[in-house]
Amino acid sequence: MSSLTSVIPKLYQEYTTKTSKKLKIIDAYLFYIFLTAVIQFVYCCLVGTFPFNSFLSGFISTVSSFVLGVCLRLQVNPENKNEFQGLSAERGFADFIFAHLVLHIVVINFIG
Amino acid sequence: MPATAAGKPVNGPNKGLFQNTAGFSTLITVTVLTLAWLAGFASRLFAVIRFESIIHEFDPWFNYRSTAYMVQHGFYNFLNWFDERAWYPLGRIVGGTVYPGLMITSGTIHWILHTLNIPIHIRDICVFLAPVFSGLTAIATYLLTSELWSRGAGLFAACFIAIVPGYSSRSVAGSYDNEGIAIFALQFTYYLWLRSVKSGSVSWSICTALSYFYMVSAWGGYVFIINLIPLHVFVLLIMGRFSQRLFVSYTVFYIIGLLLSMQIPFVGFQPIRTSEHMAASGVFALLMAIGAMKYLHSLNPKGQWKQLLIVGGLTAAALVFIMVVFLTYMGVIAPWSGRFYSLWDTGYAKIHIPIIASVSEHQPTTWSSFFFDLHVLVCTFPVGLWYCIKNINDERVFVALYALSAVYFAGVMVRLMLTLTPVVCILAGIAFSILLDLVLKEDEVIMTQPEPEESKNLYDKAGKVKKRTQEPLPPADAVLGMNVRSGTLIAFMILLMLFSVHCTWATSNAYSSPSIVLASYGNDGSRKILDDFREAYGWLSQNTAEDARIMSWWDYGYQIAGMGNRTTLVDNNTWNNSHIALVGKAMASNESAAYEIMSMLDVDYVLVIFGGAIGYSGDDINKFIWMVRIAEGEHPRDIHEADYFTERGEYRIDSEASKTMLNCLMYKLSYYRYDSGGSPPGYDRTRGSLPGNRGFKLTYLEEAYTSEHWLVRIYRVKKPDEFNRPRIPLAKRTIPTSNAVSKKFTSGLGSGVQYDTTSKRRKGLLKNKPTIVKGKKVGRLE
Repeated sequence: MSSLTSVIPKLYQEYTTKTSKKLKIIDAYLFYIFLTAVIQFVYCCLVGTFPFNSFLSGFISTVSSFVLGVCLRLQVNPENKNEFQGLSAERGFADFIFAHLVLHIVVINFIG
Repeated sequence: MPATAAGKPVNGPNKGLFQNTAGFSTLITVTVLTLAWLAGFASRLFAVIRFESIIHEFDPWFNYRSTAYMVQHGFYNFLNWFDERAWYPLGRIVGGTVYPGLMITSGTIHWILHTLNIPIHIRDICVFLAPVFSGLTAIATYLLTSELWSRGAGLFAACFIAIVPGYSSRSVAGSYDNEGIAIFALQFTYYLWLRSVKSGSVSWSICTALSYFYMVSAWGGYVFIINLIPLHVFVLLIMGRFSQRLFVSYTVFYIIGLLLSMQIPFVGFQPIRTSEHMAASGVFALLMAIGAMKYLHSLNPKGQWKQLLIVGGLTAAALVFIMVVFLTYMGVIAPWSGRFYSLWDTGYAKIHIPIIASVSEHQPTTWSSFFFDLHVLVCTFPVGLWYCIKNINDERVFVALYALSAVYFAGVMVRLMLTLTPVVCILAGIAFSILLDLVLKEDEVIMTQPEPEESKNLYDKAGKVKKRTQEPLPPADAVLGMNVRSGTLIAFMILLMLFSVHCTWATSNAYSSPSIVLASYGNDGSRKILDDFREAYGWLSQNTAEDARIMSWWDYGYQIAGMGNRTTLVDNNTWNNSHIALVGKAMASNESAAYEIMSMLDVDYVLVIFGGAIGYSGDDINKFIWMVRIAEGEHPRDIHEADYFTERGEYRIDSEASKTMLNCLMYKLSYYRYDSGGSPPGYDRTRGSLPGNRGFKLTYLEEAYTSEHWLVRIYRVKKPDEFNRPRIPLAKRTIPTSNAVSKKFTSGLGSGVQYDTTSKRRKGLLKNKPTIVKGKKVGRLE
């Protein structure tokens, strides 16, 4: 476990040096989404999930935004070029927009 | 259809063409797919040609009725439709208890055609929907198979699925059921899924989720998808085939698919509340955890991550599993429903849910029906499976899992043969493609020339084209093993021909009967149409009160509602077991006990199906033992299954039958006044015996209608004042003086005078008789 404490600052250092600015913006966005999800979760624990579909649509919307953000990050990352052949960063972003379009149309329908 | 048999040989030489021109291969692909579509469509029309454009069987009648309702009243009224004609006195909220995909599909087609000013009746759309969709299924199968193997294999698979009896059994013209469109949605979703795993693109995943949404809206079998895809992901993880593409495709598909599936009112919150869907979310969480670990690993590849990764992955999996079990235990997640238990334990339904076990298509599959439905494919598909496993990659893992799970499910239930059929077609297509590749390898140069001609000749007889494929072979005689190769080729072409002959035969003979119109063949081959069902339902709709309530066994509920337009007590949507058990109890009790139940349920008419006169084996007496079992499940005190058997445990209806059997309502209604059916009048041709209780009278019911061949018998339930009244001799009868004229009459004569039937009195008197003058209007009394 002692190695873990030493590893964390090292990880942080690696992150700040290795990650490009574009990815850091995405990471900030992901962190924000994560906070939203935490707030919603705390709210549902404290107050309850009464309009269940509204809660669900809100929560799933944050989860899927997070997932889509992660996917975008994976596809934009130049290190993963080999993994996603034929998918440029622009294509990744267009997919991201398309996915959000579908997602939020459904969320609006579901939120009631 | 011979056309498909002809279509198949084409893709053998395809490979040679692919190397030459893209144009030719596209031409051949399009031609073969079009022909497969046409052949599939044409082979499903037997029912329409033999009988008429009519909706078949039971469930399609409900689908048709609700589609017609939706077309008439609009989509939103359909979603809010409360059907008070079903499940009297409970009613049924139709919008919330159906998979609306089928209705929406045909409603949309209807709307498009009407916008184009093509006035087609909704019934015709419903009848021809499934054959049209079979072509789409063929195309989806082609796409899926070419994603897995090669385009040649795809063409084979498309031709197979177009005509294979296992699929056409559920999609002949008139069989307007969910499965007709759901198999297309299933195949298409799988295709898109493989596409998205291959490319790792978000948009393909979104398309998968949308196609999954269509599947959810169409058929309850979507649970198969939402368990098979996570299984695929899980197996890939275990095999150490995690990739970021897999991560992207699954997470996006899962979360969007989850949200979309909850938009269907009937599905509701089930995807997050029931155990059937939990595997998917578990795999989602697992994948997220592994993704996070991998990311941390990529930040610092030097550390001792490998162990941590494995330990972390296992911990995450265990955590997810414990969480699900805990939530199930707490009651947040509903445990597996009985219908799913019956998939694991085949004996479960028989003991606990007789209503599921009572349906013939829920019985375990016999070997012969595997062969009957799939013919040569069932023998060749293991070859394709073996090749897939031998040359494994991410997609082929999927098809292997698909095949294994589908084989298992098809073995459990006849009905799930339907999910097996597509994968068998895919794998058999692969097998045949590999075979032809081997056999025709060296003939590439020679084969290219006759090819374009051949695609034109596809309409010809199968035998002709078969010859053509062999014709180019002789020049290659010099090559070693030529005889073996041509021999194999001929043998397999003959097999394929036999296959298509068998398909046509099976579709035509076994699966093209509407089952509401029966046909019987005389000794001289002449055909006689028995239209008793429609005759009786027509009688119901013409001669009974608008709100009359008809009691029948649940099989006929949809038909009575659809054709007779009358209220039913139970129907094929078997959601309320106790209500069905009550009807079963009424049928199984003696007349007076049944009358109590019937008056409690406000029954006006009772309808029974009796096949004894024409030897129709699907009648109510043969189903009766299930009614007893279902009734016993709910009313164990009143009904005992053993009472209906003879002492030796036989189920019979002749004089040796048990007393309970001979006196129950179902028996009496079936054999009341029955004197037809063969040499001793009253002989039951279905059971092959003479009924044991004959010449009885009915106290509480009276016969209202019996169709021409005794197939449908309708009885009216008497009102309480109509039976058990003491008989009064003619002389003592008095007619109550209730109507106005007679009151006036008596008061005119003075009270206390009894008017009897003497001729003088009957003549009557008129006070102030109007004087009649010729040419003048008769003056009224002042």
